[in-house]
Order: sequence, then C-alpha cells, then structure tokens
Amino acid sequence: MKIMLNDREEEFREEQMSISEMLELKKFSFRMRIIKINDILIAKDKYDSTIIHDGDKVNMLYLMSGG
Amino acid sequence: MRFSEIKTHLRKFRVGIAGAGGLGSNCAVALAKCGVGTLVISDFDTIEESNLNRQYYFTDQIGMLKTIALKENVARTNPEVFVIIYQKRLDSHNIPEIFSGCNVIVEAFDSAEMKQMLIETVQLKMAGIPVVAASGLAGWGKSEAIKQRKIDDTLYICGDESSEASEDLPTLAPRVGIVANMQANIVVEILMKMK
Repeated sequence: MKIMLNDREEEFREEQMSISEMLELKKFSFRMRIIKINDILIAKDKYDSTIIHDGDKVNMLYLMSGG
Repeated sequence: MRFSEIKTHLRKFRVGIAGAGGLGSNCAVALAKCGVGTLVISDFDTIEESNLNRQYYFTDQIGMLKTIALKENVARTNPEVFVIIYQKRLDSHNIPEIFSGCNVIVEAFDSAEMKQMLIETVQLKMAGIPVVAASGLAGWGKSEAIKQRKIDDTLYICGDESSEASEDLPTLAPRVGIVANMQANIVVEILMKMK
C-alpha cells in the first residue's frame, strides 16, 4: 500500500498495518510524538489498535524537551 | 492595513498560553505588544535565577509565581491587555475548562511529555481550536534549521524538531526567543484571518 507520510509518498509491502507496526517497520524510535491520520489525532494508547489503510495521509511530529 | 486597525481586530480575541517559561513568557509579551485582547496563562512554577537566561522576567522577580510576574510584565508593556492567570498543574481534565473560549492555544511547556499531553488533549477534547506547539529549540546557532510547519488547520509546530534540551545543550534566550516569537507570529496570522 501507499500512504502519504509527512507529505511524502511511502510504499509498504503490507496491505494494512497498525500505527505500532508502521513505527517498527520505519524504525522510528523517539518516545514522544504526535500522530494524525487524515487530520485526526490518534491518542498514544490507540497505536496498537489503529489501522493505517492504503491512501491514508499520516502526519507525525516529534516532541523534544526544551522551552 | 494600519497598526491601529490590526490592534482593533486583535482586541476581540482570547489566546491561551500553556506554560509561562521561556516560550510562554516571550510569546505572551509579543502577543501583548500586538494588542491581543485577552491572554489566559497557566503555570504553577516560581521564578528561579536559572530561568533568567531565557525567560522574560527580571532579577527583582525571583521567587515570585511566574503567572503573577508575567501579568505584571504584560501590564507594563501594554496595560490594555486583559490577563487571566491560573496557578495550576495542567492535565487532560482541566485544560478544556481553563482554556475554554480561547481562539488559539500556545503550547509553551518545557517537557516533551507535557507537550504531547497538551496537544492530545486540545485536539481530542477541544475540536477545531488551533494549537501552536514548539519542538526542538535547545542550544545556539543554526537559526536556519528553525522552521514552522503546518500539519493542518488545527496544528502548527515551530522549531528544528530535533534539538532536545539537556545539561550539555541548554535552552538559551536566542533560540527560545526565535521560536516563541515564531509561535506568536502564527497566532497573529491565524487571528488576522478570523472574523
């Protein structure tokens, strides 16, 4: 499937995957992040149960301490 | 558009500022100078000497609550701004109450956990209210790495999204000031488009 990840097209062999699976596949390691799928924020306790589908727009941002 | 017209327009709006540290204090002062009508500021901390390397406070304010000192500093720069303060530790339950009626909310925390909590809470419980957040501003130099990114109409992020604060990479006035003012700039841009 193809998704738009932070405005860039990304292709995966999987036909669908959970957010947690995507984070693992992409080896994204930072702990504090925000993820939105099709402009809807997904709470961090829903990463295992939320499925990303072909054509989804996924936005992710990392939160770094400091302010 | 003349500044007098901009001020008249901005006077109608209310902006929430979550945290009154380096980001919150500098952002509040910038918004006050532009003439935003009401600022709702929440923080539970007191001013320490170590804060003065970046936060908009003065030596004679050490020991004061940040909210009270910031209200004073805003009044000294623009007495027309109405400032509402809360000495609260913000959480997912009190954020919707404290910031109810705000047209925009500025995420101005220090810790990444709190940043995430605030963004999640506003996005999930205060649908449609834009959040202007900050991530990645520790250290010095590399001004060109600091950017703003619009995720969608309700979420904006300012910073380099990579410099994490630590003992060897402290937060300092210049980069914190750039990001705080960038946040204020986005807030003004959002408000200028509002009716």
